[in-house]
Amino acid sequence: MPPSPRGIDSPGADGTGKTETGRVASQETAPLTIVPFYCGSQRSLLEPLAKELMAAFSLPVERQPPGFDPEMAYDSARGQYNSRILLALLLRHHQGPGKLLGVTDADLFIPVLTFVFGEAQLDGRVALVSSHRLVPERYGLPADPAQLQARLAKEAIHELGHTFGLVHCANGRCVMASSPQLTGVDLKTARFCVDCRDALRRRRSRPSTAGP
Amino acid sequence: MTKKQASILVVDDEFAVRDSLSHWFRKDGFDVHEAESATDALKALDSQSFDVALVDLKMPGMDGLELQERIHQIDPQIGVIMITAFASVETAVRALKQGAFDYVTKPIDPDELSHLVRRCLEQRSLREENEKLRETIDDLVGVSTIVGESPPMLKVLELVRHVAETDATVLIRGESGTGKELIARAIHAASRRRYFPIVPLNCGALPGDLLESELFGHERGAFTGAQYRRKGKIETADHGTLFLDEVGAITPKMQVDLLRVLETKEVTRLGANRPTKVDFRVICATNEDLENAVKEKRFREDLYYRINVFAIEAPPLRARPTDVPLLAEHFRQLFARQMDKRITSISPEAMEVLTAYDWPGNVRELSNAIERAMVVGKPPVIRPQDLPVRPAGATSGPGDSLLAVEKRHIAEVLERADWNITRAAETLGIDRVTVYNKIKKYGLRR
Ligand SMILES: [Zn+2]
Ligand SMILES: [Zn+2]
Repeated sequence: MPPSPRGIDSPGADGTGKTETGRVASQETAPLTIVPFYCGSQRSLLEPLAKELMAAFSLPVERQPPGFDPEMAYDSARGQYNSRILLALLLRHHQGPGKLLGVTDADLFIPVLTFVFGEAQLDGRVALVSSHRLVPERYGLPADPAQLQARLAKEAIHELGHTFGLVHCANGRCVMASSPQLTGVDLKTARFCVDCRDALRRRRSRPSTAGP
Repeated sequence: MTKKQASILVVDDEFAVRDSLSHWFRKDGFDVHEAESATDALKALDSQSFDVALVDLKMPGMDGLELQERIHQIDPQIGVIMITAFASVETAVRALKQGAFDYVTKPIDPDELSHLVRRCLEQRSLREENEKLRETIDDLVGVSTIVGESPPMLKVLELVRHVAETDATVLIRGESGTGKELIARAIHAASRRRYFPIVPLNCGALPGDLLESELFGHERGAFTGAQYRRKGKIETADHGTLFLDEVGAITPKMQVDLLRVLETKEVTRLGANRPTKVDFRVICATNEDLENAVKEKRFREDLYYRINVFAIEAPPLRARPTDVPLLAEHFRQLFARQMDKRITSISPEAMEVLTAYDWPGNVRELSNAIERAMVVGKPPVIRPQDLPVRPAGATSGPGDSLLAVEKRHIAEVLERADWNITRAAETLGIDRVTVYNKIKKYGLRR
C-alpha cells in the first residue's frame, strides 16, 4: 500500500521549518539535498546539476541515496510514476532542515495530467524533477547533451523555486514561467527575473510555512 | 504579482484528482478551493465567489451536470470546465449545450489545461467588461447619457431614437470631444441589441496589421506571436454592435476587408480557411472630412456609401452654449460621486467663465475642466480660479475676453442684487463708486 499523498500536506510533519526535534532550522544556510533515483544513463547530469543549483541558490548542495522504494509510486495502469506519492516518500524518508530535490529519469505524472516534468510542494520542503521527457531523442531529434543539461537545470531550479513559495511568473524568460511544453522550457532562462529574485530573497529570510 | 488572484473551485470526489489539480493551480498562482461533493461545492459558493469551477462529471449524489446548473443559478459568470472519463463524452457535450465553458478528458494534457483555464478567464473578464459597460450605459441613459436640452442636441436625440429601432449602419460625424461614442452607445442602448455587447474599437489607435487581427481575430500560429487562437472584435460583437471610431484612419487593404465583412456579415480569422457568420450592427464615427478623403482616393467610395447609410452630426459645444451649465452640473455631480468630495455647486462666477469660453475641445474639454476644478478646488464650491480655462470673448485677445467676463459678471451680480448698488458692491468686493464706473464703462442697463 503506497503512502497516502495526504501525508505531504499534514501540518507539522513537514515544511514548517522544524526538524523532528522541533529545532527551527535556518532556511538561509541549510543545504539542498539531491536524491537521485532511477537515473540510469542520465547519472552524468547530476554533477553539473549540483553546480547549477549551488550557483542559483547560493547554497551548499549535498547528495543522498534514496531512503525509499520508488516502486511504491509506480502506476501499472499508466506505466508511469505518481509524483505526488514520490514527494510523500521523499518527505517521509529524508529528514533534515534543508530542501530536498528528487532527480530521476522515470516518467512522472500527477493523477489528472498526462505527465509532468517535475513537481514540488509549494512553500514546502520537497521537489522532484525528471529528465524523462526532456531528452531530445524521445521526440525523434538528435541527442544534445548541452540542451538536456540546460532543460534539467531550468526545471530543477523552477521546482525548487516553488518550495520557496514562488508561484508561476508571467515573464516568459524567467525560470518561474509556467512551461507545460518543451518549447516553453527552451524559451525561458535558468535565471529568476528581478521580481522573482526579490520574492525569493524575502521568502528565504523567514522560515517556510507549508500551508494545507 | 500585482494582478488580482483568480480563484478556482475544484470539485471531484476522488482525493488524488482534487489534490493534484489544486497543487497544479496553486503553483500557477491561483486561489484554489477543493470540494469533494456537489453539496460541498455549493456550500463553498455560499461564502465565496469563484472565477472558474473544474467539475468532475461523475460523482456520487448530485452529478456534475446538475451541479453545473446549480452553479450557474448562483453565479452565471462562473466558467465551468467539466472533467470526464473517455466514456462520457456524450454527456460532456450535453454539458456544453447547457453552458459549460468546455470539457476535458482524463488524463489531461498539462498544456491544454493551462490554455483552457486561461481562455476561460479571458472570456470572463470580457464579459465583466461588457457588464460594466452596460452599467455605465444604464447609469447614463437613465437620466442623461447625452446631456443637453439645446435644439441641436434635441435633434440628435430624436435621430438616435429613430435609428435605434432599425438595424441601419450609422455614421456619426463631429469634432473630437463632441461625444460621438456616447451617441453610439445611446443608439446601442436603445436598440434591440442592448443585451449584447457594444464593442468599441479605435481604428486610429492601432497600426494596420494589429488592427486587422484585432478586428478579424486569428488562429493559433497565424503569425509570429499568435500563440493562441483569438476571437476578433467583430466576432465578439455577435448579436451586438461594433463601434468603429476614427474609421477614416483604416488602411486601403483593411477597407476592402471591412467592406466585404459588412456585405457578407462573415468574418475569416487570420490563418483560418473558413468564415464565421456574425450578426452585428456597425456604427462608425469620424472627425475627418470623408467626402474629401474619397475625392483624394484615400477612402474607398463603395465603403463610404456602405457606412454612410444614416448620418448623425454631433454638434460642437460652441453651437449649443445653453447646454454648458447643464453639462457642467452633470460633471460636477459625477465627479463628486467618483471622488467622494463634497463640492455641492459651481459658483455663478465660475459658471460665467464656463459659458463665456468657446470650448474648442468640446464636451471632453469641459469634463476635464470640471474634473480638474474638483481636484484643486476647496469644498463646497467651484470658484473661477479653480478652472483651467481662460475665458474667450467675442474678440480674440486675452485682455478683451477678461473684460467680457467682467462685464457679464457685474451684470449678473447687479441682476441678482436687483440693482441695489450697495449690495452689488459688497458681493463684488469693490466700492460703490467703482460699481457706478463699471456700469458706465460697460453701458449696463437695468
Ligand atoms: Zn511550476
Ligand atoms: Zn519571474
